[in-house]
Amino acid sequence: MADVRVGVFICHCGTNIGGVVDVPSVVEYARALPNVIYAENNLYTCSEGGLASIREKIAEHNLNRVVVAACTPRTHEPLFKNTCEDAGLNRYLFEFVNIREHCSWIHMHAKDDATEKAKQLVAMGVAKVQWLQPQQEYEGDVLKASAVIGGGIAGMTSALSLANQGYEVHLIEREKELGGLVKSVNRLFPTNVDADKVITPIIEKAKANKNIRLHMPAELKDVKGFIGDFDVTIYENGADNVIKVGTIIVATGAQELKPDGFYNYGKMDNVVTQLDLEGKLKQDKKWIDDLAGVTMINCVGCRIPERTYCSRFCCITAIKNAWILREANPKAKVVVLHRDLMAYGVEFEEYYRKAMEAGVLFLRYNLDKPPQIIGKEKPEKIKIHDELTDSHLELPCDMVVLTTPLVSARDNEAVSKMLKVPLGDGMFFLEAHLKLRPVEFATDGVYVAGSARWPVDITESISQGYAAAAKAAIPMSSGKIKVEAITSFVNIGECIACGTCVLACPFNAISVVDTDGKMHAQVNEAMCKGCGTCVATCPSGAIQQKGCTDQQILCMIETLAGGL
Amino acid sequence: MIDNGFEPKILAFCCNWCSYAGADLAGVSRLQMPPNLRVIRVMCSGRVSVEWVIKAFSSGMDGVMVLGCHIGDCHYIDGNHRTKKRFVLLGKLLGALGIEPDRLCLDWVSASEGQKFQDVVTKFTSRVKELGPNPIVAA
Repeated sequence: MADVRVGVFICHCGTNIGGVVDVPSVVEYARALPNVIYAENNLYTCSEGGLASIREKIAEHNLNRVVVAACTPRTHEPLFKNTCEDAGLNRYLFEFVNIREHCSWIHMHAKDDATEKAKQLVAMGVAKVQWLQPQQEYEGDVLKASAVIGGGIAGMTSALSLANQGYEVHLIEREKELGGLVKSVNRLFPTNVDADKVITPIIEKAKANKNIRLHMPAELKDVKGFIGDFDVTIYENGADNVIKVGTIIVATGAQELKPDGFYNYGKMDNVVTQLDLEGKLKQDKKWIDDLAGVTMINCVGCRIPERTYCSRFCCITAIKNAWILREANPKAKVVVLHRDLMAYGVEFEEYYRKAMEAGVLFLRYNLDKPPQIIGKEKPEKIKIHDELTDSHLELPCDMVVLTTPLVSARDNEAVSKMLKVPLGDGMFFLEAHLKLRPVEFATDGVYVAGSARWPVDITESISQGYAAAAKAAIPMSSGKIKVEAITSFVNIGECIACGTCVLACPFNAISVVDTDGKMHAQVNEAMCKGCGTCVATCPSGAIQQKGCTDQQILCMIETLAGGL
Repeated sequence: MIDNGFEPKILAFCCNWCSYAGADLAGVSRLQMPPNLRVIRVMCSGRVSVEWVIKAFSSGMDGVMVLGCHIGDCHYIDGNHRTKKRFVLLGKLLGALGIEPDRLCLDWVSASEGQKFQDVVTKFTSRVKELGPNPIVAA
């Protein structure tokens, strides 16, 4: 191996490491390791003094590899890599050894063992570093255009946000009109404003925006490419049309569950869903005057073994419609039967209280004793078991409203396959991280907003629409993406083009291609996330991962075994 | 923990996103554990080649651990599914080589499970102590 010159910097971290591990003896040990030209200890290697020392020693001793033994790479690796870079050393010629979290802090009462362990860990790092190669990070251009799939409230919000920032937006809607589910809603909680008054101006703005190209009705057919350079094929006006964009936002929404088989739905007149009721309320409301009683049954078709989730906002929908009916006809007995009532936050709690004050009766039922509708063609009465008072009631009822959850859109599976993004519970889209990355997918450049991800109300849909647009704008505003050089690469000569790696890759980053008659695997660096799963599955050892080659790891294992 | 005077050599492969972070949390929480373990960080448990595990045993390790994200929580979607499948084969292979499959441990430790990391490491160390030295090296 051509002249490997390793510098080793071992941190005391005050007494965090130095109080347990005998750092000077580890330095002494490191000096004797193969290829180590220089070793020193620092009180705090991450302090400006420590970093300056790394820079100086790289120059002074012409070091071409650096090992720092200190805390965890999860927090400090970028700092030391940057320091190497500042000193003119490629940032991928650096190796981090953890002797704090993984040594001094967990063996506080075994100082000799901890010192011995620190020596071995340093030896392993020094062994690995000799095989490291300088790497170039992949850089790609990002088209300043975005495709928003779905023209509901979330999709329109994203589209308008991006368009107003100056990006070209392709808004793709399957139906003949924009607006999505909100178009079917009568009034919106918690202000009871007319839904049309909210949605219509947004639709008009989306239609009028010069940066928004509306594709409607249009079906998503295929998506190829990766962040910065996607080819989205849609079917519109009887032909396929390919749109080129840098980012994609999935806002395909969800649909109301039609509760066939529950409480005579579809068999008896006047047994309707909340959305059916919204439709009736949007028209002539004279029928309300003749009502003797209305019962709403919440959690129909959800929070049951087949569909365990809570759809989150349907309690408020039931409260809203019960309140509207009660106000329109104060003589009607309006009952909301619930299994638990979700009226979270100050506004919804207040809303719930006002509905109670208006005379809506809230009773709790149990699935063991479900309500029974009495009547032939339509409800006449309803038998209820109130769980809290353990009493049986019989109430007048000429309409039953079933509160059903949102369920995933019917073509989520097809869309998820095209975009190579996952689906989670209930076939809703699954974001990259539940807490930390709520509107992003693990696949770069693809984002999600609204009920495509999980049932959300309109306020949340709008927030998520803005959030997804903000996220999508990040790569588009810089116009460039950089990929950490931990990606996989193929040694073409050794590749037998079996395609095992193609199947193993969770990001579809690998394909088998033909170069001058030789079939071989090829990694798309922009799509590779550096998990290395392909490497472990390759039967011929042709595919390797930068910074984690078999040679590097096997060398660490040998060093460890040799030193024990 | 039993004390038969035997101090096993144990190697763990931890994935960057969950188990390595869980090990970090164990450290931050000052959870004490036996000093027999050496950790090699990989980005995903799915990167752990069969060759590495065989190499570890053939060069004298008494126990090998592979710790990944919980199934369903993999940072790379489903890398750990592949690890799990690979382990079924690996267990059989070790048996054929004369190495007790109990010397190999596959478990899932999330970034918030410092306590679990301590438990898994402590129990596995104890188990390997009971098994005694790696038979293919001792032979």
